[in-house]
Amino acid sequence: MAEVKLFGCGYSPFSRRVEMALKLKGVEYEYIEEDLSNKSPLLLKYNPIHKKVPVLLHNDKPIAESSIIIEYIDETWEGPSILPKDPYERAMARFWVKFIDEKCGVAMWKAFASPGEEGEKAKEEAAQLLKFLEEEIKGKKFFGGENIGLVDIAANFIGYWFGIIQQIAGLELLTKEKYPNLCKWVDGYINHSLVKDNLPPKDKMTEVLKPLAQPGYSGYKPKV
Amino acid sequence: MADEVILLDAHYSMFGMRVRLALAEKGIEYEYREENLANKSPLLLEMNPVHKKIPVLIHNKKPICESLIIVQYIDEVWKDKSPLLPSDPYQRAQARFWADFIDKKMYESGGKIWKTKGEEKEAGKKEFIENIKLLEGVLGEKPYFGGEEFGYLDVALITFYSWFYAYETVGEFSIEQHCPKLIEWGKRCMERESVSKSLADPHKVYDFVLMLRKKYGVE
Repeated sequence: MAEVKLFGCGYSPFSRRVEMALKLKGVEYEYIEEDLSNKSPLLLKYNPIHKKVPVLLHNDKPIAESSIIIEYIDETWEGPSILPKDPYERAMARFWVKFIDEKCGVAMWKAFASPGEEGEKAKEEAAQLLKFLEEEIKGKKFFGGENIGLVDIAANFIGYWFGIIQQIAGLELLTKEKYPNLCKWVDGYINHSLVKDNLPPKDKMTEVLKPLAQPGYSGYKPKV
Repeated sequence: MADEVILLDAHYSMFGMRVRLALAEKGIEYEYREENLANKSPLLLEMNPVHKKIPVLIHNKKPICESLIIVQYIDEVWKDKSPLLPSDPYQRAQARFWADFIDKKMYESGGKIWKTKGEEKEAGKKEFIENIKLLEGVLGEKPYFGGEEFGYLDVALITFYSWFYAYETVGEFSIEQHCPKLIEWGKRCMERESVSKSLADPHKVYDFVLMLRKKYGVE
């Protein structure tokens, strides 16, 4: 029986983050793909509070919420550090992850998935918020410095998913003209071996996301 | 070399109280600066340009924002006294999970109780009660969420305890009726000097809430 199991969804950036962390540490794990429109009894058992992926199961003990799981992985297994060692740098890394998850990512998703005025407002908000990340990445190869770290892992939505979304929706939000440093980071990021092998294929992802942009779509919509 | 520690805060903020509490637990000397949230200081805007919110801890001129991030920072820097986070990684993950739950769910549902009326208020009340019942379940028979010792999750939740009286009075319900063990835990925590000196007086919180309700026209 596998000691480490991951309940995930290949299309979910949150789920892919955890896979990146596990691979960075060289942890062997059993992967269980969840159908989010028809969640398994096991997922509901291991994450009764939020009923979401990803959920890591380590020696039968479940951990939920991607950034919490990643910190757990960093603390439990040897290998390259995901979080910085210095307490101040750690606090900053946690700050940016929270910012990406609760502010930036939400606004960017709404700019795509919300119709009318709400979408327009979200576009403006996202444009402002991305400026903070543009400033933060200046002069650095990755948010983690020379190597990929926690913030880079958490920014996978911005690094990959959003590029696909922009194409589908004809959005021109994250452009080289407006965000040269952030776009440079995107290029380096998606070509990094750890990231490249942990992304859902572009055509499949496009297929999944396209319907969400249609007005009147009433099918399953991942909740941000 | 002496540490310079400044806290930008607002007296009634349950988030600010967490930082005050963590600093008190560790016996750290600091300068407290009360912010007028209707007229934020240039320093606050400089130290937290992203969110422009309190609390902000400024340690040797470097700012740290977001209350739970600040509490973890304090725990990691002043690690020789009163550890707040558990030493076991799994227990740590659980403590972080429930602290995150408090921030995502309780703040919103509690807010609905005093900020809204009618159906929305009732829905907020129902959600709030569900949330605290879950937390009471997490506490179980332990004296503290941290086990035998007061810890991170106790810090995260006890500051909401100072708002319980306001929620109950505005919401017209009794938290003790639903969660007697949680109230017992609250009273136990209040016996700690660090807690009693860091939390705002619940009756004053209630007056503050009434003032805000008037201001926002929720009556």
